[in-house]
Amino acid sequence: MEVTKSQCGGKVTFVVSGRLDANAAPQFQAEFIPAFDEASLVELDLAALTYISSAGLRVLLLGEKTAKSKGSAMSLRNVSQDIKEVFDMTGFSDILNIV
Amino acid sequence: MDELTIDARVGNLNMVIRFISERLEAAGCTMKQQAQMTIAAEEVFVNISRYAYGQMGGGATVRVTVGDEIVVEFEDCGKPYNPIDKKDPDITADADKREIGGLGVFMVKKLMDSVEYRRVGEKNVLTLRKKVAPVLATA
Repeated sequence: MEVTKSQCGGKVTFVVSGRLDANAAPQFQAEFIPAFDEASLVELDLAALTYISSAGLRVLLLGEKTAKSKGSAMSLRNVSQDIKEVFDMTGFSDILNIV
Repeated sequence: MDELTIDARVGNLNMVIRFISERLEAAGCTMKQQAQMTIAAEEVFVNISRYAYGQMGGGATVRVTVGDEIVVEFEDCGKPYNPIDKKDPDITADADKREIGGLGVFMVKKLMDSVEYRRVGEKNVLTLRKKVAPVLATA
């Protein structure tokens, strides 16, 4: 997995590529969750994300909960069909803001 | 049938996933079949790594067979644990009511055609099965 972060005004964008699995999830969480302290919108660009397991889903859920508790927002874009299927199967499509 | 025995540690996950992917790829399984199988396998291996042995640590054996169906079997000699017994999480709740855990086993059950647990002597054996219509390589 690779994560790059960029900031523009109140928006922080993470481009996440590769595999978001149990190995990668702690590192992603450590970079991703603190962003809600500095941004009103945290956006994830998942165009190059090839794989997500429950460990990755847990971090996304934690992000959604953090956004709610801090009054900020989280959105996902460029979600591929394979990743969307995992979101659908787990009901995550209903709770994540996929644009 | 191919078999890998390895220390059950999350740090070894990549080796387990590679082992399974290589076999499925060699058998002509599609990327999607590989992805589904490896998502399920990750959940099982991580569970064994975290819960089977406690501080002591121990091994896990992975077996892969591909015929009319993909069969991936995990064996460990940790404490008896049947993950299938676990209650499914509520996947319709609002984000703030969703629990962070419990998703892994649910995903395994959703992705596979069957998940079977057996206690064999001192061992836990978990068998994942998924029907395939392999797309054979033409090269």
